[in-house]
Amino acid sequence: MSEKNRIFMNCTEANHTCNKTQYNDASFWAKIKLNVHLLYCRACRKYSSNNAKLTKLMNNSELDFLKSSEKDTMKHNFDEELAKHD
Amino acid sequence: MTNHQINPNKWIDLYSDYLFNYTITRVKDRNTAQDLVQDTFFAGLKSMKNFKGEASERTWLISILKRKIIDHYRKINSKKGKAEVRIAFNSDSENEGDWMEQRVADPFDKTAENNIENTELGIAIHNCIAKLPEKQAQVFKMKTILRYDTEAICNELDITASNLWVIIHRARTQLASCLEKNWF
Repeated sequence: MSEKNRIFMNCTEANHTCNKTQYNDASFWAKIKLNVHLLYCRACRKYSSNNAKLTKLMNNSELDFLKSSEKDTMKHNFDEELAKHD
Repeated sequence: MTNHQINPNKWIDLYSDYLFNYTITRVKDRNTAQDLVQDTFFAGLKSMKNFKGEASERTWLISILKRKIIDHYRKINSKKGKAEVRIAFNSDSENEGDWMEQRVADPFDKTAENNIENTELGIAIHNCIAKLPEKQAQVFKMKTILRYDTEAICNELDITASNLWVIIHRARTQLASCLEKNWF
């Protein structure tokens, strides 16, 4: 079996996959490997549950930010106004 | 009391997200919120000499913003020329007369308590994000809140995908410990 396909992953890889799953970005095979890892690794179980909690909080908070383009427009308008002011 | 200085050059960078977030929970519309925040900055600029330095810049700007939001609601209500206060009231002609449905208790509806808690959580998260290094905060916001694709972020910031995941990882770990201290 090649390096990539082995069923056991180390903790660094597990954390990486765990982060990806928070954004639905991990492949199916990676998720299986993560769950196998979580079966025997207590530290990563803790990390995973904390990570999931954080995602849940973020979703609950209804936080919204300006897109960088929107911010740029705002900055541009403001700079014009600022120049007038001085 | 420490005397706060005022420096409009950094306002947008420092406060626009905070003000925007404050507004969006109150007006529910991105464009209106943007306009209100922009107006607030302009108004702040105009009345800069009234800033006494007793509060921080952010508090001062928020107090201006509050007036702007109130004015906004006044304006949309007077435009309609009606005495009733409309706050995101469902006025589709299709639903007119469907008063029964509106009066049925919705167990899944958010309670006021829930809303307050979420607003407080938003502030807590905001303060924690503000403590992150700038790059981490930027990437984290783009990925988690604006939900950009990994590729889009990589292109915009000119970083590799693995680089991005490392940044995300660091941001998440730090945020989690920060929230653990300040929220739970």
